[in-house]
Amino acid sequence: MLGMNKNDTTMLLLVAALTMLAPFILNPFPTDSGLAQFNAGYPDLMQRFVIFGIFAIGFNILFGLTGYLSFGHAAFLGVGSYSAVWMFKLLAMNVIPAILLSVVMAGVFALLIGYVSLRRSGIYFSILTLAFAQMSFNLAYSVLTPITNGETGLQLSLDDPRVLGVSQTADGSIPVTNLFGLEMRSTFEMAVGPWAFQFNAGYYLCALILLAVFYLSIRIFRSPFGLMLKAVKSNQQRMNYTGLNTRPYTLAAFVISGMYAGLAGGLLASMDPLAGAERMQWTASGEVVLMTILGGAGTLIGPVLGAGFIKYFENIFSKINESVLHSWFGALPDGLEDLLVTLVYPFVGKGWHMTLGILFVLVVVFLPGGLVEGGQRVTAWIRSKKAGGNKPTSTTEPAE
Amino acid sequence: MAGLGAQSAPSPFTQQPDLADRYGIIIPRPPDTHKDKTTNPKVGAMDAILLQILNGLDKGSAYALIALGLTLIFGTLGVVNFAHGALFMIGAFCAVTLQRLLNLSFETIDETQTDFLGNALKVKTPYVEAWFGPQMGGTIIDWAVPLAILFAVPIMVFVGYAMERGLIKHFYKRPHADQILVTFGLAIVLQEVIKYFYGANPIQTPAPEALSGIVNVGAIIGMDIVYPVWRIVYFFFSLLVIGGIFSFLQFTTFGMVVRAGMADRETVGLLGINIDKRFTVMFGIAAAVAGLAGVMYTPINSPNYHMGMDFLVLSFVVVVVGGMGSLPGAVLAGFLLGILESFASMNEIKSIIPGIDQIIIYVVAIIILLTRPRGLMGRKGVMED
Repeated sequence: MLGMNKNDTTMLLLVAALTMLAPFILNPFPTDSGLAQFNAGYPDLMQRFVIFGIFAIGFNILFGLTGYLSFGHAAFLGVGSYSAVWMFKLLAMNVIPAILLSVVMAGVFALLIGYVSLRRSGIYFSILTLAFAQMSFNLAYSVLTPITNGETGLQLSLDDPRVLGVSQTADGSIPVTNLFGLEMRSTFEMAVGPWAFQFNAGYYLCALILLAVFYLSIRIFRSPFGLMLKAVKSNQQRMNYTGLNTRPYTLAAFVISGMYAGLAGGLLASMDPLAGAERMQWTASGEVVLMTILGGAGTLIGPVLGAGFIKYFENIFSKINESVLHSWFGALPDGLEDLLVTLVYPFVGKGWHMTLGILFVLVVVFLPGGLVEGGQRVTAWIRSKKAGGNKPTSTTEPAE
Repeated sequence: MAGLGAQSAPSPFTQQPDLADRYGIIIPRPPDTHKDKTTNPKVGAMDAILLQILNGLDKGSAYALIALGLTLIFGTLGVVNFAHGALFMIGAFCAVTLQRLLNLSFETIDETQTDFLGNALKVKTPYVEAWFGPQMGGTIIDWAVPLAILFAVPIMVFVGYAMERGLIKHFYKRPHADQILVTFGLAIVLQEVIKYFYGANPIQTPAPEALSGIVNVGAIIGMDIVYPVWRIVYFFFSLLVIGGIFSFLQFTTFGMVVRAGMADRETVGLLGINIDKRFTVMFGIAAAVAGLAGVMYTPINSPNYHMGMDFLVLSFVVVVVGGMGSLPGAVLAGFLLGILESFASMNEIKSIIPGIDQIIIYVVAIIILLTRPRGLMGRKGVMED
């Protein structure tokens, strides 16, 4: 279907089902139950799932296919956000021009940065991209304040021109982002018994875009161009010896992945029209690296899983505080309860980053293929059990 | 007089605990927060230049020390250590810990003094003062930061040793990207551990009173350059550490073996020398160097949990500019970039190219990497790909 083989079609359909039914899947607990805090089916979080999924898919096109580890990808996300907000300020509140501009601007930036950075490879490439991203971040904070509004972040205001729209609505408030009149924040709530499912327009727009770019990334992975990138990863020297100039290919991959990041930034701004410089800092670049590695670099579905995983646990874990812990362990004897709470407390709530760091170290050490490899190992193990003790063959499918 | 100018005002950005919590490590801090001592309208051009050089030296010292440690690890073990900034931060928190330990006190009721209600006052006496007498004990507490050097060295060597044996040794054969990733994860963990125990706010750690004033260093050459004493101490301390490391490598048998191992690890191994063990020790030493840089930096900038990350990025740039694997290159580039940065933050230069102070280091790094790919003093064959 659509030029894909059977496996890829299944995967695309799986992702489509997951994203389209996300309001149900992520809301498994009734709203009045004690477990309702694990529900992730509210619009804000679901939007972030898919937006960071897009970001990670794009990063994976560069890192997973070519092996170039960029530590400055957040710069493109930031550029995308700023472009989108400026479009909302100057043109109209429709998200289409904003997203288009953010993709184009991020592409231009990626072309400039990539052209310079790709002259070097390995750790030098990482540091060059890091240097460029930090430079953009520092500039956005200081000199470029007229464009970026510095520390406060770029926001909409009532006296923006908005030539194709209105500066303010009839009741004197800032207009909201929309898609030809369909407001991004409009949410349809469906109550089924004790469950409340929310269907948000912005989320579905993001999800459709995610499906489109996921399809695009499948096609890139399976194309001759993708094969060339995999060849660059496995042995660039040999490619050069055969008389082939690899740089146009890596540059194309860099620009594509930068445009994905710009798209993610544009979507972030479309859902919530503000942009801050902290989106460009190198820790934000580190976050997308974490997502990709955690899910499985070089695999198609890995980055989406990684992004969803990290964003889910970031939200859920950060919400757990001491009193929640006490209510969990409340059935236990008092001394044991306090002990358990003391032991668990550093890892949840504000300590979520610690859990993330430990998890990340463990994944890199024991499971370099990420969650995807983990899943494959488990299925291989189950199969070998069923087959009656045959030697388990772990088949990982990294890009190389 | 005491304490005037030596304590830089805490940056407004770092005093936002709620923001710090919300964004975790994503707290930006303008790089030039402690450059506020240059605003003396009367200084002439020559004085201004000398002052900027001095300004650059103290930040350059920190860069040089961290970059030296990074290069030591890279040159010996071939590992790109993203957790080195975290080691710098742990060093700084060694100073904080020692200061807190020394200030542990017990309460006594002093019948001779009363508060305004006529009740006897409770007086807190640090144990140290009780043991050594108020005079001596007070001095010990006052000198907590320099004393922390003794306290930090064993801790840092141990931390480095544990890190290398526990985690990093499994990564020698893995690609550099994996090494970057695992040390990056480790850096996050270490940072969060510190944040858990010490909180997100910067902690004031003053220098000893005798060293916290300012001094007119220009008096020797007949000029008027007033400068905080502690920053000068920091500069000379870093020179001492750097000299110590270089002479250790140059004049001891152990150092000779390590240098041989850096040049050709396999041959040294074939000669029957356990080079891995020596390299592990070097990792510990590199950790101690980063830690010492952190200890002594505490009076200049109050330590907080993300100070390591702030310095790490810059230190990597420094290492690359100096040349991967070159120890003199790392030191030279550290001082050079520190001085360049402080020149770029002069108002005269900022008015020509606005914002240059924020990006000068990165611009230099990009230019160097593109024109001299091996860095200023890089060796042939090290990380050539």
